[in-house]
Amino acid sequence: MRRVVVTGLGLVTPLGGDVETSWNNLIAGKSGAGQITRFDTSDQKCTIACEVKPADHEYGFDPDKRVDFKIRRQVDPFIVYGIDAAGQALEDANLLDMDEDTKLRAGCSIGSGIGGLPGIESESLVLANKGPGRVSPHFVHGRLINLISGQVSIKYGLMGPNHAVVTACSTGAHSIGDAARMIKDGDADIMLAGGAESTICPIGIAGFAQAKALNCSSNDAPEQASRPYDKGRDGFVMGEGAGVVVLEEYEHAKARGAKIYAEVVGYGLSGDAYHVTAPHPEGKGAENAMRMALKKAGLGEGDIDYVNAHGTSTMADTIELAAVKRVLGDDLGGASMSSTKSAIGHLLGGAGAVEAIFCILAIRDQIVPPTLNLDDPDEGTEGVDLVPKIAKKRDVKAVLNNSFGFGGTNASLIMKAVD
Amino acid sequence: MSDTEERVKKIVVEHLGVEADKVTMDASFIDDLGADSLDIVELVMAFEEEFGVEIPDDAAEKITTVGDAVKYIEEHKG
Repeated sequence: MRRVVVTGLGLVTPLGGDVETSWNNLIAGKSGAGQITRFDTSDQKCTIACEVKPADHEYGFDPDKRVDFKIRRQVDPFIVYGIDAAGQALEDANLLDMDEDTKLRAGCSIGSGIGGLPGIESESLVLANKGPGRVSPHFVHGRLINLISGQVSIKYGLMGPNHAVVTACSTGAHSIGDAARMIKDGDADIMLAGGAESTICPIGIAGFAQAKALNCSSNDAPEQASRPYDKGRDGFVMGEGAGVVVLEEYEHAKARGAKIYAEVVGYGLSGDAYHVTAPHPEGKGAENAMRMALKKAGLGEGDIDYVNAHGTSTMADTIELAAVKRVLGDDLGGASMSSTKSAIGHLLGGAGAVEAIFCILAIRDQIVPPTLNLDDPDEGTEGVDLVPKIAKKRDVKAVLNNSFGFGGTNASLIMKAVD
Repeated sequence: MSDTEERVKKIVVEHLGVEADKVTMDASFIDDLGADSLDIVELVMAFEEEFGVEIPDDAAEKITTVGDAVKYIEEHKG
């Protein structure tokens, strides 16, 4: 059986323009939240978000590094973040100089939940105000979700499978899981896999606020707004960014002496079949996805060391926790569980991939990131280590990453250290 | 350099991200400045906005160099 390992990582997050900066800030307990700077929020119910910071910020993102000027002008920010994170991952995996045969068997599976919403919004205004003759010829391909995979394949000459998942907030996890299967099935030896999102724009914030998903009660205290499992939680804080990993067939990675971070050992998927935005009240879908992933991994209660929860800082947090307890045991079989959305907000289609990378780094550094703002844990959290406020050193060998999306779509990934 | 030429070159530099000294009058958008057909559509739109001229599709198709654009605009601007 072909095994799939992770050999490269790339991140653009509200806590940094690269992997190490994002991770160090996360472990240090920093928050990426603040007032929205991109547009005038004076008429919005929600005025806060976790924005990717500009290049001159202490932990900002410099789009000049890996994305051509011309492309940056034509595409939405989620594509820019995705291209950069993919480039980081390829550099990290030492795969910038692949020969033609290798490129034929190297592909992309980088998705997004929503795609180019800011550009759809602004170009719709051009259409309304100036007419169809002023709509950009780059409008369509600058907003399409599969255009991270498209752009990355063109930039790096990757001729293997070219795929893009769209499953709302499960996108990043599904992208990695699907890509791992493509390698297992022999369709490719190398896959760039992940997700990206950037929807911090007037219609994005208004839309999620109207859906009653966003925190609209903490505009004066942005860093305290995302508080998963806390009794005072009141909706998610929107984040943005991208996470991309290099997945590689194990023997292929070993033969070229690649650095191996972890193995993707389990992937589970399910549908809630319940409601478009609310999770099943008993968390059945979440439970099914986790059970499927564990079964594939050949793991059970007591085998998981860290759970990176979906934990969006909504009512759904405790539903997820109850499902995790049913699967792993009341004390989670000794696992620690945290929600890094408390620090970087909810990256929607990017979340699952970014959080999978945090899981991998937890294995690498034997430390688990904290759940910020957990002042008053909700009922049902007793006896569970939710890693409140401060990162925790501990043994981390196997990790579970949950992602759930609108439409009732669930994905669980399990990754494990390679002996 | 005429005023039109200067403004055309500025638009080309901004849109294509090329060095200003490469934007000569006989530079071809596609062969010398790395543009593709969609970039030219965008450039033509930008020229129309900047100079208040209308450049119909059949005329736009004949604009292949910076000089062609300057010449067309000089002849048609109000």
